Amino acid sequence: MAMPFPFSAIVGQDEMKTALLLAAIDPSIGGVLVFGDRGTGKSTAVRALAALLPKMRVVVGCPYGCDPANPGAFCDSCKEKAAEGDLKTRQVPVPVIDLPLGATEDRVVGALDLELALTKGEKAFEPGLLARAHRGFLYIDEVNLLEDHLVDLLLDVAASGENVVEREGLSVRHPARFVLVGSGNPEEGELRPQLLDRFGLSVEVKTPTDLPTRIDVIRRRDTYEHDPAAFVEHWKRRDGKLRSRLTAAHKRLGDVSVPDKALERAAELCMALGTDGLRGELTLMRAARALAAFEGDAEVGDKHLRQVAPPALRHRLRRNPLDDSGSSVRVGRALEELFGA
Amino acid sequence: MSERSAEDPIWGDALLAAALFAVAPAQLGGAAIRSLAGPGRDAWLEALRALLPDEAPMRRVPLHASESRILGGLDLTATLRAGRPVAERGILAAADGGVVVLAMAERMELNKAAHLVAALDAGEVVLERDGLALRTPSRFGVVALDEGLSQEERPPAALMDRLAFHIDLSGATLRDLEPSVVTAEEVTAAAARFSAVALSDEALQALCTTAMALGIGSLRAPMLAARAAKAHAALCGEDSVGEVDLQTAARLVLAPRATMIPQMEDPEDESTEEQPPEPQEPPEETEQKDESEAKDKPLDDVILEAAQAAIPPGLLAMLKMGLDRHNRGSSAGGKAGAQKQSKTRGRPIGTRQGDLRDGMRLNVVETLRAAAPWQPIRRTARGEVLEPGKRPARVEVRRDDFRISRHKERSETATIFVVDASGSAALHRLAEAKGAVELLLADCYVRRDQVALIAFRGREAELLLPPTRSLTRAKRSLAGLPGGGGTPLATAIDAAAALADSVKRKGQTPSIVFLTDGRANIARDGEPGRSQAEEDALASARAFRLAGFRAVLVDTSPRPQPKAEKLAGEMAAIYLPLPYADAEGLSQAVRAVSSNVPAAA
Repeated sequence: MAMPFPFSAIVGQDEMKTALLLAAIDPSIGGVLVFGDRGTGKSTAVRALAALLPKMRVVVGCPYGCDPANPGAFCDSCKEKAAEGDLKTRQVPVPVIDLPLGATEDRVVGALDLELALTKGEKAFEPGLLARAHRGFLYIDEVNLLEDHLVDLLLDVAASGENVVEREGLSVRHPARFVLVGSGNPEEGELRPQLLDRFGLSVEVKTPTDLPTRIDVIRRRDTYEHDPAAFVEHWKRRDGKLRSRLTAAHKRLGDVSVPDKALERAAELCMALGTDGLRGELTLMRAARALAAFEGDAEVGDKHLRQVAPPALRHRLRRNPLDDSGSSVRVGRALEELFGA
Repeated sequence: MSERSAEDPIWGDALLAAALFAVAPAQLGGAAIRSLAGPGRDAWLEALRALLPDEAPMRRVPLHASESRILGGLDLTATLRAGRPVAERGILAAADGGVVVLAMAERMELNKAAHLVAALDAGEVVLERDGLALRTPSRFGVVALDEGLSQEERPPAALMDRLAFHIDLSGATLRDLEPSVVTAEEVTAAAARFSAVALSDEALQALCTTAMALGIGSLRAPMLAARAAKAHAALCGEDSVGEVDLQTAARLVLAPRATMIPQMEDPEDESTEEQPPEPQEPPEETEQKDESEAKDKPLDDVILEAAQAAIPPGLLAMLKMGLDRHNRGSSAGGKAGAQKQSKTRGRPIGTRQGDLRDGMRLNVVETLRAAAPWQPIRRTARGEVLEPGKRPARVEVRRDDFRISRHKERSETATIFVVDASGSAALHRLAEAKGAVELLLADCYVRRDQVALIAFRGREAELLLPPTRSLTRAKRSLAGLPGGGGTPLATAIDAAAALADSVKRKGQTPSIVFLTDGRANIARDGEPGRSQAEEDALASARAFRLAGFRAVLVDTSPRPQPKAEKLAGEMAAIYLPLPYADAEGLSQAVRAVSSNVPAAA
């Protein structure tokens, strides 16, 4: 995929695009789950995001891509380099790493370096996918088909922010903080509630039903496939604009104020919906703040809460199998009661 | 010009699809061939083989091919011999530029399908296994051999969505099997022109409109149809897509995917005694249309008509009955994570690191594979020096190397609800059954159960929900359940037995829950008449018992009915009078019963 489909060229699917952008502005929102119909460009959007994100600065030669601006979180080798005053840095694209379904545990957490072991008899650690995803995104397509033991492992690392490998005298700890992006089709099966709750935002994508939009989608895809380079060139300006907005939002994030009023509103909303735990409130607040930063607003207000409430809360409602209305509808109702139509 | 060979449109279209597929295999995704093994299928594969370039690979994937065979992995023998990691190319990488043929695709597991789909979409095989990380570009098309017999037995939907052609050869006869009139040279020439063929806005709109009118949701369908039209134009030596190309694409790509018939009356108006229409005559050849007639119609209508005329008769009948064919369960329902991995029983589905506690089964090959790279290190650690050319005395295996096989238990259950929707209390009972189904599904990640629902009333039994684990799908299927009419019990029991049989053939254990008062009044032939109806019902019940399915009959009448009890006895089903069962009570009763009933088979 040398030339991914440009992010700005994706037709519609605004909720999905916004959720991905918010997670990029504030990774602490905790990942995005994209669930929905087939052929709605879920994977396309994630690949496009990788090409859109501004570059990040890393320590040269660090397998984990440590952030030179954050010495507190250095891995062992970067600590050594820093002590010797030998820290070079460079810019690299933010990693968006695929976790393929058939991946073995060894490849995910890292393992013995086969090459060195077989040729020189040396014991060295070869970082896995978790190391490569550090400071970036880990993308799992068909996340509902992922094997249980891998799911458990991922949840564990995502919660602790570090990966620990202990094997026959090989003992490695390295930072692994990433935004988990999962996509799937609910018809293939439901997602375990523990996993569902781990995701900060959850987006439902539907196939567009109006003819002009549908034609637009296919036409753009066709143009892109015919000549990817020309197509990417054509959308370059728009992607560039979006990139600048992302960079600015990221910078502004700390300055966005969250008034007490907004906190109250968020708490009321979660109470009205009966969401479990404080995680919902926290995510709601963070997502609203990231949105405010993205839109250049100085403080979080009702309009931000309204827009991010469905993706932040819809997957945290207690399931009521006999209430036929979907969770999105329930969130919408609660919003109307609280915030007025 | 369109390459119609024989008089028979099925075979002619199948050959045409093969030719279009050969023009641009990766862009068109491929074809699903629904047919039992036999001369028709072989002839089609042979035709495709002859149209592809000589050097194009055609790789067959057996149903039980391991993931490492499909994706590639560490070649253990070569690795040990060479003393450095040697990767083994998988089937998907080896199929670059050609075709992958999937045997028994209707039984393909979802996660295997997901690998295939990921490689199809990305045009490369991504491998993260055994300490190897490889990306191998590979662009291939897929032929899914679908030997499914019933409506529910289909290849996984995610795969079907990406294959342009869904061909059903079951209607073709031996004398139809004429060779293709398209030559490999023509295909090669068309392949070179394919990407330059122009597609006008009007043409694209016609395909999108047609797809919508036929109720086809996925955008991949019109996208694939557009590519099929381009391939057809290229084959005909044109440089832009014209009406005939669009008609062909609509006929081959869109018609088999139809989920509704355009301008269909509101299904609400259907009488309860609706009969399936007579099977239609095979569609006329559309491109022989009177040109003048076609001229004064908008393109949209022309293309829609072409597609509509080509909807396969069997599908047409189903659509007319208001059945949504696309709500079928896919083969291995549910998610891998929802299945409790059994320790030692069932089909092996892979290995994982683990201890040999609690009766796990060691996978020797995978264990050796894990131990291989450590050998030099362990020898060094022990101070053993290996002289050049000498073999080490033994392979050292440590606990960390242990790999245990993970198995899928064959005892996944599928609970089939068979609900009496006749008469006055129907709506109430249906609502309860619906609630119970959803409750059972709501905790499906705790119980590895699939649920299906058959409702019977009037003269027929209708499969409203094929076996599924998906709450989403269930809710959609259960949204509008009709009620009222006669009680065709025999038909219902037969339908339940047929579905249970197909569940069983998938390696799951069916358990059937009947909700009825047991008072049959429609005989098996659809004629009213209580005595004949009851006789038929008892006969069906006995046949049901012979199949040895475990079953529960929930008597839903206000007072327990001797007839219902007798019927349960004949079926060897547990009799459970529950006059006031609500959804909650019902689902609990079913759970209690189905977990305590030993399967007779």
